[in-house]
Amino acid sequence: MTVVARKAASGLAKNRVGLISVGVALGFTGVLLLILGENPLEAADALYDGSFGSTEKIADTLVAWVPLTLAAIGLVVTFTAGMWNIGVEGQVIAGAIGAAFVAREVSGPSWMVVALTIVAAAVAGGLWALLAGLLRVYGRVNEIFGGLGLTFVAEGIAIYLVIGPWSRTGVASTSGTDPYPEGALLPTLGDLRVSPVALVVTVAAVVAVYYLLRGTSFGLRLRAVGQSMKSSHLLGIPTVRYLLAAFVIGGLMAGIAGGVRTTGFHGRFVPAVSGGFGYLAILIALLAGFKAKWVAPIALFFAAVTVGSSQLQLRLGLDSAFAGVVQGVLVLSVLFVQGWQARRSRRAGVQPPSAPEFHVEPEI
Amino acid sequence: MEETLHAIVRDASPLVFAVVGETLTERAGVVNLSLDGSILLSALAGFAVAFETGSLLLGFGAAAAVGMAVALLIAYASIQLRLNQIAVGFVLFQLCTSMANAFGNSYVGERVKGVPAQEIPGLADIPFIGRILFDQDLMVYASIIFIFVTYRFMFRSRHGLALQGVGERPEAAHARGIPVNRLRYLYTAVGGAFVGIAGAAWSLDVKLGWSDNRTGRFGWIALAIVIFGGWHPIRAAFGAYLFAGLQNWAIQLQDTFPNLTQVLGIMPFPVMILTLVLVYRDWLQRLTDRFPALRPVLGNEPPAAIGTTFQQE
Repeated sequence: MTVVARKAASGLAKNRVGLISVGVALGFTGVLLLILGENPLEAADALYDGSFGSTEKIADTLVAWVPLTLAAIGLVVTFTAGMWNIGVEGQVIAGAIGAAFVAREVSGPSWMVVALTIVAAAVAGGLWALLAGLLRVYGRVNEIFGGLGLTFVAEGIAIYLVIGPWSRTGVASTSGTDPYPEGALLPTLGDLRVSPVALVVTVAAVVAVYYLLRGTSFGLRLRAVGQSMKSSHLLGIPTVRYLLAAFVIGGLMAGIAGGVRTTGFHGRFVPAVSGGFGYLAILIALLAGFKAKWVAPIALFFAAVTVGSSQLQLRLGLDSAFAGVVQGVLVLSVLFVQGWQARRSRRAGVQPPSAPEFHVEPEI
Repeated sequence: MEETLHAIVRDASPLVFAVVGETLTERAGVVNLSLDGSILLSALAGFAVAFETGSLLLGFGAAAAVGMAVALLIAYASIQLRLNQIAVGFVLFQLCTSMANAFGNSYVGERVKGVPAQEIPGLADIPFIGRILFDQDLMVYASIIFIFVTYRFMFRSRHGLALQGVGERPEAAHARGIPVNRLRYLYTAVGGAFVGIAGAAWSLDVKLGWSDNRTGRFGWIALAIVIFGGWHPIRAAFGAYLFAGLQNWAIQLQDTFPNLTQVLGIMPFPVMILTLVLVYRDWLQRLTDRFPALRPVLGNEPPAAIGTTFQQE
């Protein structure tokens, strides 16, 4: 095959993978809904209505899109380094704690407090990720379990803060702290809940990561480290520093995600501040094939399903966790359809057009 | 003391099923990372079926079937499709968790009759040990027997040798005529079934009932215990008892620090996982360096072919 022909075939195969997996996912969710005695079309309508049905709904979808995109774009960096940063959930919580601390303790002009909450969130998330990285590099602790342990620690600290030092005056309850002062909240667009500051930060983060991985020698070397730590070490790349840098960058983004979640959505500190957004971000990064350019659109879809699921509850009486079912089924279908595609190519004796395994790919 | 140990043996029984089951799976070279989700979903399946049919046996059967189905998906993805086991396992964790929380609402607060206590006549009268080991219920006895049966099977039988070969050196096993991939399917499915039984052992026995995230985090703890139990059923089970002890201690501390109840509820999870991760391995390492004779018992090497695919040419 010529290069052009192979490229065309590869593009075709990729599109087919996308179409088939969306079809499989839709079919599976549809059948599931039918079993539950619901009309799938009505469910789809409710989802759309709940996420894009009005200006307010679109704004709410964007409010969820911001932290999902931030956490997922950070994960693209850690995945590129070949690391399974499952501790991202804890880094989101750590970021929220950092932002909450500033929001509660610092007084001053609103722009300054807001800026400081974002900085504190980034620092806290970055430090939490650095811990997982240090455990991985110096303690030879698998990053999955180090990260999970740290996530559980962060959850414990969050609960402690809410029932202990940050408890509401006179009430010891796990429901949350007092609301933050007005000036610490992310400024919103009129009556809508979406914050232009958060949107700008998110877009900047996506662009920065895209450029970092694609346009800098750091990104190139990081990809080399992700492909083979041993070869990169032999080539003279300081692998330890690169791994730690990847963790810190991922943690910074996850931290900001937690920060905007607490000051831009909850308006006070609650123990379940992340609510699984970190885990959801891992699904987004997987679905994006660890490519920065796909993160934002996929995160938008995930945000829409997450936000729209409230309508599923109102109109069809389905639990809002059904959003997670839709998202999980979609990612699983993509993985399986890719696997089938690759196996067919293997059987036909052709080199598979796209990477045969869903592993950390070198291209961005 | 006697009562505490009695409670620990009881409370650890679901975790014992999970860690020993997953040890079987990983020994064959497959990692089932979905544990936290598949345990939760099987717990719901077991509870729901037992509630609808009134039969505990059917409940446990349904839970085992769910655990096995999830495990078979991972086996198919990794063996037939050569997908990344970690990726597929993680997605299944998320999917199963969501499914359990989405479909379990109508069972919140419902009651079923759990596994009845059943003391073993004669043995239960032995002082101290009798109360701890022989005055429990059937699932607890089953969990203890399961540990030793798995141990015997793994290290003292021909099938166990084949299992180890499949996980350590699949090429050599294949050359000896052992059907590598078929055995991987088998042990992933069997391990998954026990993971499912673990779920039902919570919702139908130790933590009777159903609520959202009822078994949350236990699956992750189980996965960590398997690793630091050195893929050895007895040591993994020991880890499960250690964790139950930690939880028991945390509950007792709640009387001393009543305003920290919620924090103490969660603390055993990070303490266990970070202890395993930070201390346990180094400590074992030093012990085996000092007494090399202990290495076969305390060795910590993962099955060499874990997480890889085997291609028959």
